[in-house]
Amino acid sequence: MAALINVPPRAKRGDIIEIKTLMSHIMETGYRRTADGAVVPRDILTSFSCRYNGDEIFRADLFPAVAANPFISFFTVATESGTFEFEWIGDRGFSATAKAAITVE
Amino acid sequence: MRRLRIIIVSMLLLAVIPVRAADVPQGERRSGTSFMAPQTRAMQDDDTANPGMLWALEGEELWNKKVGTGDKACADCHGDAQASMKGVAARYPAFDRELGRPVDLEQRINLERARHQQASPLAYESRDLLALTAFIARQSRGMPITAGSDEELTPFIAKGRELFMQRQGQLNLSCANCHDDNWDRRLAGSAITQAQATGYPLYRLEWQTLGSLQRRLRGCIFGVRAQPYAFGAPELVELELYLMTRAAGMTMEAPAVRP
Repeated sequence: MAALINVPPRAKRGDIIEIKTLMSHIMETGYRRTADGAVVPRDILTSFSCRYNGDEIFRADLFPAVAANPFISFFTVATESGTFEFEWIGDRGFSATAKAAITVE
Repeated sequence: MRRLRIIIVSMLLLAVIPVRAADVPQGERRSGTSFMAPQTRAMQDDDTANPGMLWALEGEELWNKKVGTGDKACADCHGDAQASMKGVAARYPAFDRELGRPVDLEQRINLERARHQQASPLAYESRDLLALTAFIARQSRGMPITAGSDEELTPFIAKGRELFMQRQGQLNLSCANCHDDNWDRRLAGSAITQAQATGYPLYRLEWQTLGSLQRRLRGCIFGVRAQPYAFGAPELVELELYLMTRAAGMTMEAPAVRP
């Protein structure tokens, strides 16, 4: 599954930076039915988290009302150079990860 | 008394006879983007917020993947898409000499698969076909639309225009009734827009997915309660061709975002 990550490649120490993520997912609610009445089983992302050099700095729970291809953006303080690790977990054993590096001067 | 009757009759006539406006003048042409809320526009303009880019990303993978009994990838013949596909989507639908008729970008991809990769065709609106189309169309982003310049297309453009002007369905509306005559108004709170097909395939928030121009056309035809043409029908390609010709010179925005 494709994911788009937007982390500024470099920042000054103490800067507030915006991190933007876009994950490819259908987010099937589980409330819809097919033409012959069968329920379309739920298939959503249930959790998203972000680690900054190993420390969790952001976490979100997702629910059926979230639109397809969830776009999540949040802010953090650039403290040191390193990596952001992102993880999405969902129904049917869905799991995806992504990484982005930042240089802090 | 008689004068009053004449006035009433003429007022009734005026109310009944539709005022047929001409095509949208060149200078007044507007992309669907200009009708959107600033938030939706920001989403379209930011490549890491535009969900259409997810398809373009997947399309890039498919471009380099060997398929079919020909065991060839698109890249094996066309190389780097950034160079070879630049401006290609801007001139589609284009005339195919072997078939003797115009084909749109989706059909071109499937023809290439059949002729050069000996691979099975991808279904309309399938993830892979949309991904490849989005990836190719993206290479024309920012370029002017040049569709319809091939002389062999002239009769097909005329047919597309005829279909655009043709009233149809239980509501007895033509495309032109809304998109030429009333594009500056709103329908159920939504902007009607001019039907300038500058951004296809595009991510529609209502669809929650990327979709082709044919899907959009079928949706409109269903909306006037007519029987939509099947995906790939010559009529839909002619309509696509007319719309792209009508938008010639406007900027390609694929993959765009629409509400």
